[in-house]
Amino acid sequence: MPESRARRPKPVPTPETRHYWDGARAGELRLQRCRACTRAYFPPRPFCPRCASGDTEVFSASGRATLYSYVIHERPAPGFDPPYAIAVVALEEGPRMMTNLVDVAQTPEALVLDMPLEVRFQKLDDEISLPVFTPAGRA
Amino acid sequence: MTRARVAVVGAAETSELGVIPQLSQIELHADAARNALADCGLSPADVDGVATAGESPVAIAHYLGITPRWLDGTAVGGCSFMIHVRHAAAAIAAGQCRTVLITHGQSGHSRVGSGGRPGGGASLSGQFEAPYGIAGPPTMFTIPVLRYMKEFGLAHEQLAMVAVVQREWAARNPRAMYREPIKVADVLASRLIAYPFHLLECCLVTDGGGALVLVSAERARDFPARPVYVLGTGESSETPMVSQMEDFTSSRAFRVSGQQAFAEAAITTAEVDHLMIYDAFAHLPIYGLEDLGFVPRGEAGRFIWDRNTAPGGRLPLNTNGGGLSYTHTGMYGMFALQESVRQLRGTAPAQVPDVEISVAHGVGGMFAAAGTVILGREPG
Repeated sequence: MPESRARRPKPVPTPETRHYWDGARAGELRLQRCRACTRAYFPPRPFCPRCASGDTEVFSASGRATLYSYVIHERPAPGFDPPYAIAVVALEEGPRMMTNLVDVAQTPEALVLDMPLEVRFQKLDDEISLPVFTPAGRA
Repeated sequence: MTRARVAVVGAAETSELGVIPQLSQIELHADAARNALADCGLSPADVDGVATAGESPVAIAHYLGITPRWLDGTAVGGCSFMIHVRHAAAAIAAGQCRTVLITHGQSGHSRVGSGGRPGGGASLSGQFEAPYGIAGPPTMFTIPVLRYMKEFGLAHEQLAMVAVVQREWAARNPRAMYREPIKVADVLASRLIAYPFHLLECCLVTDGGGALVLVSAERARDFPARPVYVLGTGESSETPMVSQMEDFTSSRAFRVSGQQAFAEAAITTAEVDHLMIYDAFAHLPIYGLEDLGFVPRGEAGRFIWDRNTAPGGRLPLNTNGGGLSYTHTGMYGMFALQESVRQLRGTAPAQVPDVEISVAHGVGGMFAAAGTVILGREPG
């Protein structure tokens, strides 16, 4: 692991988000879905933000997404060397999430909105792996 | 005895009390809220007002799935909730909202998802945004705009034009921090901060302040300055996490807040003579013009490019120079209100002729919340 990665702000899981971080550590992107209205949602919580039902389940998402929007930050931040993209991706299941884009040039030319992406996991430490995304179809 | 106009209809505590390490602080709010709503047979969709302390009412509303038209985040310690009741009663009596949810939740013993700075590692933003290298507003407020540019064909030059036009207004204002004229090419040649935003498309960082004094309309004529009347107001929130905006090309909080203010004032956008839209970054006037209904969706970039908001244009916008050129202390909304008041009094440095109605629209956080105030020279 690059030394710089250790300096990133680290997520602190809560009881309601634990399944997500356990999943990420195991190489799975876990979302929640409402059994009443069948919508997938994110970020985690034990009830559906759309219909308020508490009848929800955790499931493993496909990891496929498209690039919804981003900025390319030109200044350093703890654990990041500029320029680096901060992106929002649209997951195949519907929810959107913030992420970074890896194994791709951090340029407007390389980062084209709606390009297909797939999830990867970046290990920060023994507890936390971060879901990140890379252009789909690469080995 | 006076006749009561407001009552409590639902009340509940968290399902458990004592030591609850299995719930984070925000979930304690939600658990109590869901119990109280169940107590009166309502769901979050029925709620249009949210008050809380300890967490942001924006975070509570988003977490529960509420679209508020009224917010109260008064946080003055343990009595905050009594004060929320007082504010809520006034708001309901005034017709600003119908159903207010007041929540409290605190992981005081177990300290799960609580304490520390806002946005700490256990907050939702701390878990799902901060690890990806966000570093303040230039990396968050800005994220939606590429999607807008793709959806509506907004050009980099049109985004830059927002800063150019506002500098034209600032040039007429001796108190503006930046007054030198700039061209689109200058904006695009300025240092990239977070692509696609250049330095001149980002607000200033300044010191300053402002204040307002309000009295009843009956008393208003007894003071030395020309009164400016509050014709309508609106407020709303959407999400504490910019990544969770429903639509990156439009702010739900802007729309809800604006609609409420215009409905209260019972006016249309065509009756507005002067407009202030909080411009922390160059895209905000574009979103504001569309979400408040001044310009059809996707056309605000062209509207500004065609100089409709510039000096001499038909909808003077951000006539003090705005956050991009006048001043931006961090919470700029007060300065937008001050300029609306000056324009209505006829005392603005870049005075627009015959301003009868002015709108000041503010944003909170990164598209997290919104407030709209419609002011007029006459009481209506």
